Amino acid sequence: MTKKQVGKRFLQIIIVLFGISFFTFGLTYLSPGDPAEIMLTECGNLPTPELLEQTRHDLGLDQPFLVQYGSWLKGVVTGDMGQSYSFKMPVTDKLVSCFWPTLKMSLLALLMMVIISIPLGILAAVYQNKFPDYFVRGITFVGVSVPSFWLGLILLSIFGVQLRWINVAGGSTDFKSMILPALTLALAMSAKYTRQVRSAVLEELHQDYVTGARMRGIKESVILWKHVLPNVMLPLVTLLGLSLGSLLGGTAVVEIIYNWPGMGNMAVKAISCRDYPLVQGYVLWIAILYMCINLLVDLSYTYLDPRLKEDR
Amino acid sequence: MKKVLRIFKENKQFTLFFILGLVVIGVAIFAPQLSPYDPLDAVMTESLQEPSSAHPFGTDKLGRDLLSRVIFGTRTSLIMTLCLVAVIFVIGTFLGVIAGYFGGIVDAVIMRIADMMISFPGLVLAIAIAGMLGPNLVNAVISIAAVSWTKYARLARSMVLKVKKSLYIEAAVVNGTKTWKILLVHVLPNMVTQMVVTAAADIGTMMLELASLSFLGFGATAPTPEWGLMLNEGRTYMAKAPWLMIYPGIAIVICVVVFNMLGDSIRDVLDPRQD
Repeated sequence: MTKKQVGKRFLQIIIVLFGISFFTFGLTYLSPGDPAEIMLTECGNLPTPELLEQTRHDLGLDQPFLVQYGSWLKGVVTGDMGQSYSFKMPVTDKLVSCFWPTLKMSLLALLMMVIISIPLGILAAVYQNKFPDYFVRGITFVGVSVPSFWLGLILLSIFGVQLRWINVAGGSTDFKSMILPALTLALAMSAKYTRQVRSAVLEELHQDYVTGARMRGIKESVILWKHVLPNVMLPLVTLLGLSLGSLLGGTAVVEIIYNWPGMGNMAVKAISCRDYPLVQGYVLWIAILYMCINLLVDLSYTYLDPRLKEDR
Repeated sequence: MKKVLRIFKENKQFTLFFILGLVVIGVAIFAPQLSPYDPLDAVMTESLQEPSSAHPFGTDKLGRDLLSRVIFGTRTSLIMTLCLVAVIFVIGTFLGVIAGYFGGIVDAVIMRIADMMISFPGLVLAIAIAGMLGPNLVNAVISIAAVSWTKYARLARSMVLKVKKSLYIEAAVVNGTKTWKILLVHVLPNMVTQMVVTAAADIGTMMLELASLSFLGFGATAPTPEWGLMLNEGRTYMAKAPWLMIYPGIAIVICVVVFNMLGDSIRDVLDPRQD
């Protein structure tokens, strides 16, 4: 990517973030239920009309929509996303404290996914239309149809309830209790990724240079490791980046099942108690993360594919 | 008629999954006849019973027959999924066709919104929308539709752009054919196959997403028999009553596998060019 392209991408990211934030803010504005009333009930106060009026005024809820949005946006730029109703702490602090457990788990899941998918995908591609291929394709087919929450429940009941290897109650963030949630996520994601690896390798195997190499009598293993795999890296990195994005989105279900104290778990709780500032903060934060990952993926092309370095 | 029969004969895989798909639809339609009990009928004295001849799948916390609930769950899942796919299909195609045909500012606005939605993990936004609108099945459909229409819009737009350049469209314009007629008669028929193939392949995924939302508590509400919700209710009794989480899960997997395979084979039948 050239500097100009990077600049353009940054501009695009900012526009998208602006749109997303406007959308979520509008959504909370339109949704039924009065935040002031919810907040007071959460605090255990009986909401009298005067108290409601006062709270609304304090929260700035009596102001027009655009004024509210503007002041929220001003806060966001300076790192202040408001106060969470249900956790009684600044949204930014809550997000940061929930972010690390989710990131840790996602990265472990990503690692597991790579370890599972890449060998299987290559195996299936190399033995196209033979037994290993049918076997891998069969597994991945069932794999994409199994809901991650069911997989999580089954694993939890086997390893938690039957074998008692892990604590069913959850809540801790040590490595041992991270394995199962990460494995659940990894298994759920790897069905799709294995298929993508397989088709990427297949596409490369059908290139002319592979046929050429075969004709020159180069060993199949050399063709695969020295020629095909380095070329496959590029699409695989793209797909991996996209997977990390959907990992971040998919953690909610798994975190709920294993009671993992991460962002997805927090978001579901926040939405259930209509903790609007926290929900807005969460959506915006995920959007920022997702787009940064995509940008990094695009930037990594420049290193993986030297052709893109040339300024054209 | 003969042609249809030949398609069935030549595509064994399609025929098999077409029949299985019909079976699933049949289960949904004839749910009242097939289920041994009323899925909402709570008999507290029979709560959490193990699978037996009286209750083949056991009973849940409120003593409701699980088999009946799983059967009625087919109905809920199927109706909601088909509604969802239809909504996305119509909205996505409509916006995509308009964007592609008219171009300019309409195109820019629609596609920028689509870009915005696509550059974002869908489920997160769907959860937020469903949660904010309030948990029920209709809102779950709305929220998933809101984040999924972009795929169809992009596909429709790209195909319209291709068709738009053809001579017969130009001829129609020169002849003074009305725009809506050009779109309906000349543009839509050229792309409908590809769109239907995509929609058919999406049924399984959409079913999973709806079940996920219900599992998280942002979809179906009690006492609706819905598989995701049933799994959520059953997970508290994981140790005591494992059947509560086994059968609804198997039902989801079977349904999704059938519709995924059906989608794949429809693509093979209608569009043999692709692998």
